[in-house]
Amino acid sequence: FEASANPAPGEVAGLPILPRSSCLTLSADSESSPSPSPGGGAASPVLQINNGPSLTGLATIATHLVKQAKKEQLLGKTAEEKAVVQQWLEYRVTQIALPCTKEDTRVILKDLNLYLEDKVYLARNNFTLADILMYYGLHHIIIDLTVQEKEKYLNVSRWFNHIQHYPGIRQHLSSIIFMKNRLFTNA
Amino acid sequence: MRLYLSEGSPQGLKVLAAAGASGARVRLERVPPDGHVVPFLTHPRVPALHLDSGTFLFSPNAICQYFFLLAGKEHTDLTSQWLEWEATELQPAVSTALYGHVVQGKKGGEVLGAIRKTLAYIDQSLTSKTTPYLTGEAESVADIVLWATLFPVLQDEFCLPDELQALRSWFRIMNLLEPCRNAVESVLTPKGAEQFKAYLQKQPVSCLHSEKPATNEPEEEELAQRSLSEEEIAAAADAWAKGAAALPERWQPQSPILPVEGRRNVLITSALPYVNNVPHLGNIIGCVLSADVFARYCRLRNWNTLYVCGTDEYGTATETKALEEGLTPQQICDKYNTVHTQIYQWFNISFDYFGRTTTPHQTTIAQEIFHRLLERDVLLTDTVEQLRCERCERFLADRFVEGICPFCNYEEARGDQCDKCGKLINAVELKKPQCKVCKGSPVVKTSQHLFLDLPQLEGRLEQWLEQSWATGDWTANARFITRSWLRDGLKPRCITRDLKWGTPVPLEGFRDKVFYVWFDAPIGYLSITANYTAQWERWWKNPQQVELYNFMAKDNVPFHSVVFPCTLLGAEDNYTLVNHLIATEYLNYEDGKFSKSRGIGVFGDMAQDTGIPADIWRFYLLFLRPEGQDSAFSWHDLLLKNNSELLNNLGNFVNRAGMFVCKFFDGRVPPMELGTDDKRLLAHVTLELRQFNQLLEKVRIRDALRCILSVSRYGNQYIQVNEPWKRIKGPAADRTRAGTVTGVAVNIACLISIMLQPFMPDVSATIQRQLCVPQACNILTDTFLCLLPPGHQIGTVSPLFQKLELDEIEALRQRFGGGQPEDSSLELKTHAAHPSPGARMSPMPGAGSGLARDPQRAKELAEAVTQQGNHVRQLKTSKAEKGQIDAAVATLLELKKQLALAEGKAAEVPAPKGKKKK
Repeated sequence: FEASANPAPGEVAGLPILPRSSCLTLSADSESSPSPSPGGGAASPVLQINNGPSLTGLATIATHLVKQAKKEQLLGKTAEEKAVVQQWLEYRVTQIALPCTKEDTRVILKDLNLYLEDKVYLARNNFTLADILMYYGLHHIIIDLTVQEKEKYLNVSRWFNHIQHYPGIRQHLSSIIFMKNRLFTNA
Repeated sequence: MRLYLSEGSPQGLKVLAAAGASGARVRLERVPPDGHVVPFLTHPRVPALHLDSGTFLFSPNAICQYFFLLAGKEHTDLTSQWLEWEATELQPAVSTALYGHVVQGKKGGEVLGAIRKTLAYIDQSLTSKTTPYLTGEAESVADIVLWATLFPVLQDEFCLPDELQALRSWFRIMNLLEPCRNAVESVLTPKGAEQFKAYLQKQPVSCLHSEKPATNEPEEEELAQRSLSEEEIAAAADAWAKGAAALPERWQPQSPILPVEGRRNVLITSALPYVNNVPHLGNIIGCVLSADVFARYCRLRNWNTLYVCGTDEYGTATETKALEEGLTPQQICDKYNTVHTQIYQWFNISFDYFGRTTTPHQTTIAQEIFHRLLERDVLLTDTVEQLRCERCERFLADRFVEGICPFCNYEEARGDQCDKCGKLINAVELKKPQCKVCKGSPVVKTSQHLFLDLPQLEGRLEQWLEQSWATGDWTANARFITRSWLRDGLKPRCITRDLKWGTPVPLEGFRDKVFYVWFDAPIGYLSITANYTAQWERWWKNPQQVELYNFMAKDNVPFHSVVFPCTLLGAEDNYTLVNHLIATEYLNYEDGKFSKSRGIGVFGDMAQDTGIPADIWRFYLLFLRPEGQDSAFSWHDLLLKNNSELLNNLGNFVNRAGMFVCKFFDGRVPPMELGTDDKRLLAHVTLELRQFNQLLEKVRIRDALRCILSVSRYGNQYIQVNEPWKRIKGPAADRTRAGTVTGVAVNIACLISIMLQPFMPDVSATIQRQLCVPQACNILTDTFLCLLPPGHQIGTVSPLFQKLELDEIEALRQRFGGGQPEDSSLELKTHAAHPSPGARMSPMPGAGSGLARDPQRAKELAEAVTQQGNHVRQLKTSKAEKGQIDAAVATLLELKKQLALAEGKAAEVPAPKGKKKK
């Protein structure tokens, strides 16, 4: 398969559940799979499957690959969990994909921090694809946070640190350091 | 599960159609477009789905997918691809198109221009496949979602160009699908795309993805230092220098207070509390306390102000209570009127008159209005089917019937209104009605009744509303609720009841009946004023001179914005109608946000027993006044706000300013030589003061309170930077500086004492006593004056606030938060007239009963929960195996569940935001 014009190459290629099955082969020719999507096509990754239709969109491709790898649990077990996973995948491609202003970033972190207050993962107690894609999407934001901000968004930090140490997740991305002792009492 | 929807949000269509197509059973909740539903999101997102597990889905597409998943329809690669495309490509394009059309007024082809590419893409996809739908032979979630997004711009297939044949026929088929048709009918109004205007206008033009930042969180962060112009600084310094001489004379109204020609005459009412119920915190903040702050503020502004309220005393509930206690209804009313009076006195509510509805004036005025309505032919007679409980031998008042809501199937709908969907109900329409007193099944009997012909008055009402809305300050929820009433069309409303305890109907054939409380109770405002002064008509029949403010919780809105105005309009006697309708949202208790049945709370009389002063209660309730959205009372937050805002910020500042005067300057305000920094500070404080005035003029009470805290923050910062306690020991120049800083600071403290008066009258008086502020200074203008001039002698300064300790608060939380009053009848007596925030806070029978409480076990479990919690955290920080953590978390949740049971709460599972299952 091929991921063309991918905004964050590791995001799909780096999936820890990469199928190593033979039904997919890499085609290096990016010209051969023109994006069918109008407008923002250039920004959306396209997956060309041998002899099959192509798939467009980060979340769609990631979901497809997870199924191929028979790791359906990553998409959620119950209907509720599945919907939650889809919701955060959509959040990833609509809210985080865009160039964010400082204010947008603040709101994203604040909301996420509140959301994660009582949850281990985005889908509560289970690690899912939502965690993986959100981790990739947020990496460039988290890496720029100050120590104080990391403490302010404590739950996000806790979650992010947890995900980046998950076997096989981090891939080429740098590991971000989180302090264990709190420096700012008011943060 | 509950689906929150708002009018004019284009996304609502999608989720409703998906619910219909998948057969999902949801309970609809209508909220204003900026309604804050999802607790963890900063920006309001509606529609949102609240699952029974407590989980919120805030993405419309995820909600649609969830509905289809419930119906067993898994998503495929194709559906996910369409949905992702819709979210990332189509929606932004459609929003731009709609924005261009509705807000900027673009027409036809121009509108489609923005979405031409996306339309062509759909058309091409449909053409290249042979199936009628996007993903196959049958409609899928993808079809519904795309259709709903396109519908607001397209409406019908005819506006599509001919070359998009495939898209046209697909769109036509979709339009005809039943779930789509139903969704359109339920969400959209005949206004067409216009209704999205309000929603769209909030979207920034450049970036249609993100929403406007919420305005509800002005707090936190440091003081935003607005840049000041030189003129502003100079003007502030000039104004300051004028001192007390610049104060206008205080307006001392005559007794009784009557409107005065040439003055601003403000008449304030708060919703009449029903007499049988001890008012609770929600009641207090929703009506009397909010109105009190405003009334006090009006007096500070020198406006001629009259604030009246009283207990609403008629109705079945009183009759029943009297039977129970072996007293006459009048005795019951006397007894509880005293309870109310005492509570409001304790809370320092500054009524000019607190009356009651069981007076001869009530009878006279209500009957007069009735006669006028009768003469003007706006009353109808009809035979009514009514529920009668044969076992109790009485016709059942609406409040005494419960059953299944005919509109939304909510199982505990009241006889007059459904708490879930908010629709008004005719008790006989309830499915499976039940007498709330004896649990028997009532039977339907007929009886003759009188009706107010609202349809006849509708035109006049709308005309008046238009004018009142254009000139007055109505809260957004008040406008919203009223608008939805008008949209549904008005129907005649019954104004009589088969009871004895009420105002008698003065008409042959109806002598054995009384007026229904919703006709009668608002007339109480007039009769209470009549008990205050014989010249009451100068307030109530004087719209030219009088400005009327009504304060209430949102459930009372329709009666004040529709029914009562129609009564007065119909009676045609130049009545004063409401100019400003101020409605709060609900105050919830602790984390009982959506769980009505957990309802436990603090009642007015109990607040006194906590040992916490009334002003602290006032401060905290006002600090979280549910303006614009629901808010929740929390003991720990109360402690936090007391210790941080009052003790460390406000109290600390006022105390330090006063102490410096006492310690360093012998209790006399020192001479001041203002430098640039001092003048700059004066300008900042002036800005806050103006902001404060602007907010209070719009009755934004909660936000105004934050201005006071900002002023004191400026003061603290000023003292901190200038360190007068060090400079006083330095050379002469430093000592002069210390004097200036101390003098300015103590004047800021003086200003704070005035601004604080509407909110915390006792604390304000204490500060003024300590600083010897003359009474004449209690006037608010738009300028910050030097009211304590050099040489002014102040008194003894002492701390204003006490620290609240955690164990103390924890003990209170246990006391009020656990199972409390066994007296489950309290809820039963909540009157239809004022269920208000209280309906949510009053103890509900049934919730915790049957679950044995066990304090000892609870204590052990609480410890175990803490331990296990630490264990989980340890595991997580040490990055233990996922399985290990999961197991530990599971144990923790189980322990919490047991703890909840032992505490007598129904087991509530992990999410603190979780809603309890019925």
